Parts: sequence; C-alpha cells; structure tokens
Amino acid sequence: MQQRPVKLACRDVWKLFGEGADRFLADRRAARGMVPGLAEIQAAGLVGAVRAANIEVGEGEIFVIMGLSGSGKSTLVRCLSRLIQPTAGEILFEGRDLLRASEREMVRIRRHKMGMVFQHFALLPHLTVLQNVAFPLEVQGIARAPREARAREVIELVGLKGREAYYPRELSGGQQQRVGIARSLAVEPEIWFLDEPFSALDPLIRREMQDEFLRLQSVLRKTIVFITHDFDEAIRLADRIAIMKDGAVIQVDTPERLVLAPADAYVAEFTKHIPRAKVLTVRAIMRAGPPAGEMAGEVSAADRIEAVADRVEAADRPFAVTDAGGEVIGSIDRCAVIDTLIGREPRR
Amino acid sequence: MKARTLPLSPLAVTWLGLAAATAVLAQTSGELAKALDARWLTKLPRELRLPLKDEISAFMKWLVEEANFGLFTFTDLTRGIAWLLAQPYELAKGLLVGGFVQGLGDEAVQLLPPLSWAAVIFVVAALGHYAKSLRLAVFVGLCFLYLALFGQWQSAMVTLASILIAVPLGVAGGLLLGIAGYRWPWFDRLLTPVLDLMQTVPVFAYLVPILFLFGFGPVSALVATLVYAMPPMVRITTLALRGVPSEVREFGVMVGCTSRQMTWRIMVPSAMPGLMVGVNQVIMLSLNMVIIASMIGAGGLGYDVLTSLRRLDIGGGLEAGVAIVVLAIALDRLSQAFVKRPPPEHGEGPLSFVMRHPYALTALGVILVTGLLGLVWPFLQSYPAAAQFTTGPFWENLVRSINVNFFDQLEAVKTFMLLNLLIPVKRFLLGVPWPWFILLVTLAGWQLGRWKLALLCLLLSAFILVNGLWEDAMVTLYLCGVSVLIAAAIGIPVGVLAAQNARAGRVIGGVIDTLQTLPSFVYLIPVVMLFRVGDFSAMIAVVLYALAPAVRYTAHGIRSIDPQLIEAGTVSGCTRWQLLWRIKLPLALPEIMLGVNQTIMLALSMLVITALVGTRDLGQEVYVALTKADTGRGIVAGVSVAFIAIIADRLIAAGAARARARLGLVAQGAH
Repeated sequence: MQQRPVKLACRDVWKLFGEGADRFLADRRAARGMVPGLAEIQAAGLVGAVRAANIEVGEGEIFVIMGLSGSGKSTLVRCLSRLIQPTAGEILFEGRDLLRASEREMVRIRRHKMGMVFQHFALLPHLTVLQNVAFPLEVQGIARAPREARAREVIELVGLKGREAYYPRELSGGQQQRVGIARSLAVEPEIWFLDEPFSALDPLIRREMQDEFLRLQSVLRKTIVFITHDFDEAIRLADRIAIMKDGAVIQVDTPERLVLAPADAYVAEFTKHIPRAKVLTVRAIMRAGPPAGEMAGEVSAADRIEAVADRVEAADRPFAVTDAGGEVIGSIDRCAVIDTLIGREPRR
Repeated sequence: MKARTLPLSPLAVTWLGLAAATAVLAQTSGELAKALDARWLTKLPRELRLPLKDEISAFMKWLVEEANFGLFTFTDLTRGIAWLLAQPYELAKGLLVGGFVQGLGDEAVQLLPPLSWAAVIFVVAALGHYAKSLRLAVFVGLCFLYLALFGQWQSAMVTLASILIAVPLGVAGGLLLGIAGYRWPWFDRLLTPVLDLMQTVPVFAYLVPILFLFGFGPVSALVATLVYAMPPMVRITTLALRGVPSEVREFGVMVGCTSRQMTWRIMVPSAMPGLMVGVNQVIMLSLNMVIIASMIGAGGLGYDVLTSLRRLDIGGGLEAGVAIVVLAIALDRLSQAFVKRPPPEHGEGPLSFVMRHPYALTALGVILVTGLLGLVWPFLQSYPAAAQFTTGPFWENLVRSINVNFFDQLEAVKTFMLLNLLIPVKRFLLGVPWPWFILLVTLAGWQLGRWKLALLCLLLSAFILVNGLWEDAMVTLYLCGVSVLIAAAIGIPVGVLAAQNARAGRVIGGVIDTLQTLPSFVYLIPVVMLFRVGDFSAMIAVVLYALAPAVRYTAHGIRSIDPQLIEAGTVSGCTRWQLLWRIKLPLALPEIMLGVNQTIMLALSMLVITALVGTRDLGQEVYVALTKADTGRGIVAGVSVAFIAIIADRLIAAGAARARARLGLVAQGAH
C-alpha cells in the first residue's frame, strides 16, 4: 500500500469529562510519568471519553473511526475539529497544532478547510434547501449570486436538482442528509468529517447513501474522517479503520488486516462474522511463488476475493496472480476461494 | 414483629403525631400562653420587629428627592426613561384613538384622524387569515366588531395601544435577557432568583415605587406591565435556546459563525417555535396587567370596570368586563394561531414585491381607503353612537333578579361555607403558635430537601415574622389553602374526566383555555355582584382563577402515562376503577402535584387582587400601602407573599421530584 502524506493527526489526545479533569490528568502524568487507567479515572469521579488517542489520517483517505455507543468516537471527532477542547494532546492539521490556534484562526480554518455532516442532519428548519446549502458561504460574507450558483452546483452533485425551493421538513431522511452533504461540500473543504451520517436512515436508504458517498468520493478525493458504529459500513467504505473501545483506540488498520490480524479478542469478535470474501484480497490467500502448470488466466493481487470468485470457481485450473507491475507473484485456485467464501480455515 | 404489621411507615406516624400536636396547640395556645406567662408565643413583641419597611420608605424618599449622579438626579433619569417610553405610546394611542393633533386646547388642529374602526377590524381579520384561516379571520373580526357595536371601542383601543407598546418591548427585553442567560451561566444564576421574585411578588407591591419613579399615568402602567410580563419570556427564551439540538449549534461552529451570527442566524431562528409560545405569554400577561394597571392611570377597559364597580354600576362594569373578555379571547386566538402556524411550504420561485406581501399591502390599501372615505362619510371613521347597543340595563336586571329571587339560597351557601369551612380553618391557623409553625415548615423542608431547603423555609418564614406580618400571613395562608383545596377537589376529578373521555376532554379543554385567557380582574365582577364583599367572594374568585392548572396538569399527567403500562393493567384484569386508582393516578401523581403547585401560585397572585373586595390578609396590606403610597409597607408585605409562594413552590417541587424518582420516571434530580 502506498504511503500518503499525513493531513490530520492527533497525538496523545485526552478528553476527560468532569470537575477538575485538567488538574487530575496533569498531576497524574507529571507526578508519576504514567498514564491513568480507566478504573483510576472513574474513581476520581471523571469520565474518560477519549484516552491517549493517536491517529494519522492520510490525504485523500477514507479514515473510519468505528466503535459502539459510548466508545468515545463522537468525542474524538469533535476533538479533531475542536468542537470540544481536548484535556491534553495535540491535533495536527497540515502540520500545525489546532489547539494552539486562536479563535479567529479556527474560524478561518473551519470556514475554508473543514466540512462536517451530522447524524441528525442539523439543517436549519427556516431555510430552503438552497439557502441551507448556501449558508456556510453566506456566513463568510460571499455575495448572493456566486454563493447561490455554487450551492446549485453541489445540490446537483448530490442529486437534489429541482428541490432547491423545498424546506427540510418536506424531504425524506435520505434527501435531508443529501442536503447536509451538499452543505458541507459547498465550501470545498480539505477535510471532511462525517459523524454517523447514515445511522439515522433506514437500512435500504443507508446502503443507497453509502454507494452515493463512494461515488462522490471517487470524484472529489477528499480527506475523510467517517464515524460509524456499524462494522459492515466501516469495511465497506474504509481505506483504514480505527477501532475504539472505552475511549481508547485499540487498533488502526486496513479492513483486511483487521480480519487477518485482530489486535485482541474484542476486535476479533467484530471481524468474526464478516464475510471474508468482501474484505480479503487475492494477495492474502494466494499460494506465493511462481506457479507450476497451466493457468486458466490472470487476476490482480489487489482484487477482492468477492470480485474474482465467480471466474476462479468456474475454472478447473488455477489462476495466476499478478502484482501492480503485471509480474506474476503467485497463484490461486478454486479451493482457496471456496474456503474463503464459506469461512473455513484454509488447508495448507 | 409487631412493628412490621403496622400499616403506616414510621415517618407517616411521626407526621400524624405532629399534626395531632398542632391541633391541640391551636386550640389551647391562648390558655397556654397565659399559663406560661409567655405572650410572645402568640404574638411577637414589638421590640423584636425589624423596622425594614420604614427603611425602605426612607430609601425610596432619598432616591426620589436626593439621589444624584452629578450631572442629573435619579428622578431626572427615571423621568427621562418615562419620556422615552411615552413617545411610542403616544404614537400608538394617536393611531388607534386620538389621531394626531397640533396645538393645544381649542386651537388644536387634527392633522390625521386615528385609524377608522373599519380599518382596524379589517387589519385584525387579515392577521387572522394570514395566521390560520378564514374562520379565525371572521372570529376575530366579529370580536372587534362587538367592541364597536357595544360602545366599548374607545376604551378597548386605549387598552390595545398599551399592549401594542408593551408586547414588543417585553418580547425584545425578555429575548435579550434570555439570550444573555443562555450564553453566560453566571448571568443565568443571577437572573433566576430575580425572576422568581418578579413572578411571585404581587403586582400591587411594585406599583407604588413605580409611581414614585415614573409618575402617575400610562407610562407607569407600561413599566409595571413590562416588569410583570417579561419574566416568562426570559425563561422561555433560555429554555428554547437550550432545546436547540447540539448538532445544530455544532454546525454553526463548524461553518465558522461569529458569535453574533451564531445567535441571530442559527440559535434564535431554530428556537422560533418555542419563542412564539413566549410571545403569546407576554401578550396575555400584558393584557392582564394593563387592566390592573388602570389603577395607576393606564385608562382603558380596566379603568371602566374599576370606576363602575366603585359606583356600584353593575351594568357598566359587566359590559366593560365582557369587552375585556372578548378582547382577551381575540388576542389569545390570534397569537395562538401564530404560535401554531405551520412552517412555510416551498414556493414557485422569486416573486415580485407585491406578490410577496399581499396581506400588508391590502391592509395598507384598506387603511388608506377607509381613511379617505371617512372624510366624506363620518360613520366610516368613527362608529356612530346611534347604532350602538348597550347591554348595561340587561345585565343590571339579570343580576338584580338573581339577587332578588335567589337571595336566600345564595346567602345560605355563603353562610354554610363560612361557618363550616372558612372560619374554623382561619381560627385553627391563627391559633397555632408561630414557633411551632415555623418548626413544622422547617421540618418539612428537612424531610423533602435536607438542610438547604430547611434553611430556606426557616429564613423566609422568619422574615415574615420579624416584619410583624405573621397574622396577615396566616390569613393569607388560610384563604389560599381553602381555595386551593376546593380548586383541587374540583379540578383533579375534572382533569381525570378530561383525560378519560375524548369528547369531555375537548369541551373541558376549551373552557379551561378560555378561563386562563381572562385577566384576573374579570373574575371579581360577577362574584362581587352575587356575594358582595368578604372572604367568601374572594375565595370564589380565587378558586375560579386558580382552577385551570389543576385540571390541565391532571389531564396531561394521565394522558402521558406510558400506554404499555395501562395495557399491562388491562391484561391483568383490572376494572376501569382499578386502572384509575391503581395505575393512572399514582403514576400521574408528580404531574398532579405540579398542577397543584401552579394552582397555589395563581391563588396567591389572585388573592392580592381580591384585596379589592375586602379581605384582611397580606394582599390587603399591600393594597392599603398602594392607596397610601407607602413604599416600604407595600414592598415588605409583597415580598412576604412572594416568600409564602416560594416556600410552597420549593416544598412541592421537591416532593414531586422525589415522587418522580421513586416511580423511576426520570433520573434522580439534584436534591
């Protein structure tokens, strides 16, 4: 996997809720040079919403933060955008610490470089779709004609053309979230936060919106921090996933690596029921080394099993596996594919 | 083993014991005091009293006569404010009643006539149509037509002019204070007790200082109205802003709103439905107060009622009273319609100026046309006296015939209630020695809210004692207590009925809504006419005024019970009575307690107004202070009423919170 330049990173970020949280954390870390544990935080009457979180989001990457409710994922994303002031740590955006930025600088950064989509849409009920989408531009003081032109552009991009004059309550949930997405894109943000954007939608609509989201990203190539509690959604969308539990980030990895090498039993529990063919690539199950005998054809090492399963299964002979340069690096046969499809341990 | 079979908890036994002791003490306190040679038991010696009221009066005098900021005196400042307030008021009054004139006395030349009655009726009807429907338009139009037909137009327009000025000021002031309270928690902490006092100190108490500062006249009435009508707007604003979803606020931060953009572009528009409820409140409270404030020169319908009552002109009083009712209902329906007005639908696209403002432009046209035609045909300008009806004689005869034909029955009811309920309760409360009473109240505070509430109860009741108002306070307590008991005894069953039966619910809801829109003053009129002055008349007026919350909260409490619980009861084979007694009433109890709490608050505020019909309680003390322009006396007595209200409110709120926590309806509160 190619290395992307880091767009947004957080280093040792803490957020403790409760009275005297600042002093508690500073004291513990200064006096003993150690990290207070969950039990210790609770004993002090505090809530450890985010504990020592470290993540790096690469440019153009879809970075998903996954965790169950109460795991601290929403708090972490609010720390990243400084909606919540972290108790300790650094938030590095394009190399500079957001926590040191003045209020005015933050307003400037948010106005021009950040966009956010909310779980419950957070549309302004008294404005039309057009006015809602143009609102972030209006706040910046952009004149009516250019801001409405830009708003029309993004409204068309999310497929709501013709609904510009509607009010939010006249739209379905899916349509409302499209407005939310269009609104967050109106300022052409460099980093795009999505806080459980599809969780409030029905399953069918959710799936449709996920497809729409992937389509948009294929066009826009934004740097994305996507929050979800749904592991299926995470592996469907993510380049990389951070799994959170009790405020701590347990593992950050690609979906494939999470399935193949879960950091602990908690992660393993999530990945156990995931259809592996959707996550694993050919590279993960191929027989490495130059193949012997006649091949049925070629497949790419980066392909998901799901994508090549039909072809490999239908053929009597194995397929050669090629890497990005077109060189043959291994082979894959029908048995390996079927093992993956039915979730059986490979017989090697 | 025996203790376990006791049907009552030790706590209940303790309180029963205390109640018994109180009863004995109340009967024997006189002899007891004599036997112990301790007259202080029944009456606090004069030396122990605080000269607080004299100090307040002296301070007020200093403020008015001597306080000085160097360049100008304090009086200059208040008179300046009065002048500022007078300007928009004069404008509104000129628009609705007098027209605009130049010059004085006989040389006055009318520059512009006031709006014609036809134009005003059209404008309110157009507002009704804009807010809701043609039906509402016809309704409010007819209400205003009534005012013209029955000769109440001038007075009603004076009242309306006061409201037109008081409401925007009250809404704007309340909005700003509420926003400040939302943004700065320290300000909110500071504001809350002030609002508590503003809402519980009876209006008469602050009429005197306002009179001193702003002089007799409509401006003082305006100031009093603002003090009275603003607090709910402040509270509702803070609540509505807190109710805006956090995501919406976060969205504002994320798009980089400045704090001003945040407030005016995001928070206030998002909180609009809640804020409109506050506007309705301000309108209704302003109307209520404008009527009362006629005593300090507001004029209008309230003044008509007051003078008629003083002249014992039953017909005139009732006529003006009915006009107040009509005006109140019209204003309430109109503002309610604006509160519930559905948000806009999507339209076609950009429209021309004329197309965007059809209502405003039509109204403007009608005003101009009727104004011009009025020059030709005067009957269009001011409603002709020849076409007016008067219902005065009708009311006069009705009341007289009731009094003649049913005098014995009315008198029997009155005597029965006085002998069997009012007087015994009064004797009982006056008999309880004050140390014992304060001890009981403090104990109740301890029981429900530990040392904080106990201390509050102790200090507030001690304040009443040391100011020498103990007896007045007991009379207040007795009138209020009896009225609340009767109101609850009527209101709770009616509320249950409203919740059980949909059709009855609609009818009761309509009646209660109307009762609540009526200014408190109105209740006095028929009561005085049928029962003359005295405690019994006061009690009936208080019961009528304070009934609504008991009904409304009970109905709401029962309706909002989780239907699954009722289904569970039905499945277990409960009869309808069992459902009511075993499931619905216990679960609705916290809500019913809050309703009773509201009933107490309304009863106390009404009680002060009933001072006009000759009660002998704290209200009378306040009213006498008003007539004697004695600031200190009025304020101390008024604050005492407020303290009774605050003690009752805190005790009941703590009790309701505990009941709710016990039922697991919400997480345990702060107490």
